Amino acid sequence: MSALTVVRAGALTTVQDLGRTGLAHLGVPRSGALDGPAHRLANRLVGNPAGHATLETTVNGCAVRVSSPVTVAVTGAPCPVRADGRPVAWGAPVRLPAGAVLDVGTASAGLRGYVAFAGGVDVPPVLGSRSRDLLSGLGPEPLADGAVLPLGAPCGPPAAADAVPSAGPPVGELVLPLVPGPRDDWFAPGTPAALAGGRFRVSPASNRIGLRTEGPALKRTTDGELPSEGMVLGAVQVPPDGHPVVFLADHPTTGGYPVIGVVPESALAGAGQAGAGVVVRFVVARG
Amino acid sequence: MSTAPRPLRVGPHALLIEVADTAAAQALHAELLRRREAGALPPVSEIVPAARTVLLDGLADPPALAAEIATWTVPPLPPAEGEPLVVGVRYDGADLAEVAELWQVAEEEVARVHSALEFRVAFCGFAPGFGYLTGLPEELHVPRRATPRTSVPAGSVALAGAYTGVYPRSSPGGWLLIGRTDAVMWDAGRDPAALLVPGRRVRFEVLP
Repeated sequence: MSALTVVRAGALTTVQDLGRTGLAHLGVPRSGALDGPAHRLANRLVGNPAGHATLETTVNGCAVRVSSPVTVAVTGAPCPVRADGRPVAWGAPVRLPAGAVLDVGTASAGLRGYVAFAGGVDVPPVLGSRSRDLLSGLGPEPLADGAVLPLGAPCGPPAAADAVPSAGPPVGELVLPLVPGPRDDWFAPGTPAALAGGRFRVSPASNRIGLRTEGPALKRTTDGELPSEGMVLGAVQVPPDGHPVVFLADHPTTGGYPVIGVVPESALAGAGQAGAGVVVRFVVARG
Repeated sequence: MSTAPRPLRVGPHALLIEVADTAAAQALHAELLRRREAGALPPVSEIVPAARTVLLDGLADPPALAAEIATWTVPPLPPAEGEPLVVGVRYDGADLAEVAELWQVAEEEVARVHSALEFRVAFCGFAPGFGYLTGLPEELHVPRRATPRTSVPAGSVALAGAYTGVYPRSSPGGWLLIGRTDAVMWDAGRDPAALLVPGRRVRFEVLP
């Protein structure tokens, strides 16, 4: 059986696929790759279906040794890629011989890289997904040095090289469309529109659960507590400290703070790539 | 009393349907499951009940469904059928004395009072398999601890506000602990993984 051995786990490298849906009513977060388009592209480049599991790296990449010859591709945050010390292509299929070490370097922009292997990372699925959910601890443990992960059998030749439909990581500024509601009436009229002013920055406390922001605190005009209600991916929740949090893949399924608006899923890949200090603008959009 | 459900838009693909109270949310949740079973609901990826709302996610055309739901008359919850799930509990929790004082009963009375009630899983959240169970009469509602514990043991049976809950695994928590069960609340390899699913009726039984 084909496998990879972790040589350098990196700051945080997890196995991710398209996540678990249909279980939010049991308290199970969706999870899955934060930069969905980059995950899909990596799979496509090595001939995998979109749902095969990839490795999601954070900031400083990772290094793995492969036991058998395998085609790999690295996408997401741009970074140097080496095979046995020699530079190889980023964003393109690369054929590795048995025993080769693939080193995914530190991102030059953005945060999260995606490493696809032909056949996919074949750890046992949990509730239909191989994704690591950092909120509830479902799925395989984050990578650790020396860990061995099985690889699946390749299912076909890689897709022919084609245009790379990636917006790339946000540079300096993250613009997120925001559909107001369901609880925008807990804030002064015009508050969602005022979020376009560029006074927010990505907080270093951001993670796979949420993109936290720093900036002026939003003031509620409604007192009292909101009973727990269901939360969607991309919900912009405003906790009592007034600093908006954009819910990402590992977000809790219910919450008790008002959601001023929702960032459509199609715009969240950039949020998964925006590092601390990036300016955040929310631009009101109609759903 | 029956007020029409109020649908609120949640981004491009979801609706949050607000009703008057938890009983109405449970009735609406049951009605949504009935309609989905009957093929009378458009495709939806998640139906998430909560305290006063039900969230529908993964909709192709939320405004169309919102317009339809605003005209619904939701029947009250149908009468309970069959026996509730019975969960055995040793009532020896760390906050038993505090709960007894809040309830103004003797400490050993807490088990008798709590195990005489029937509960219903209103919704899940906080952690996979953590159910919020309604059924405590208002005079037995209790506050959360001012300072949450950093670690609550798995299987702890606990109270907060209107709810009873059972911690599916060890985690931080601010609920008042009244006892402990050996029942496996969550097993990702089981179907369903959660013992307490929304809508399920539950009774607690005193174990020596």
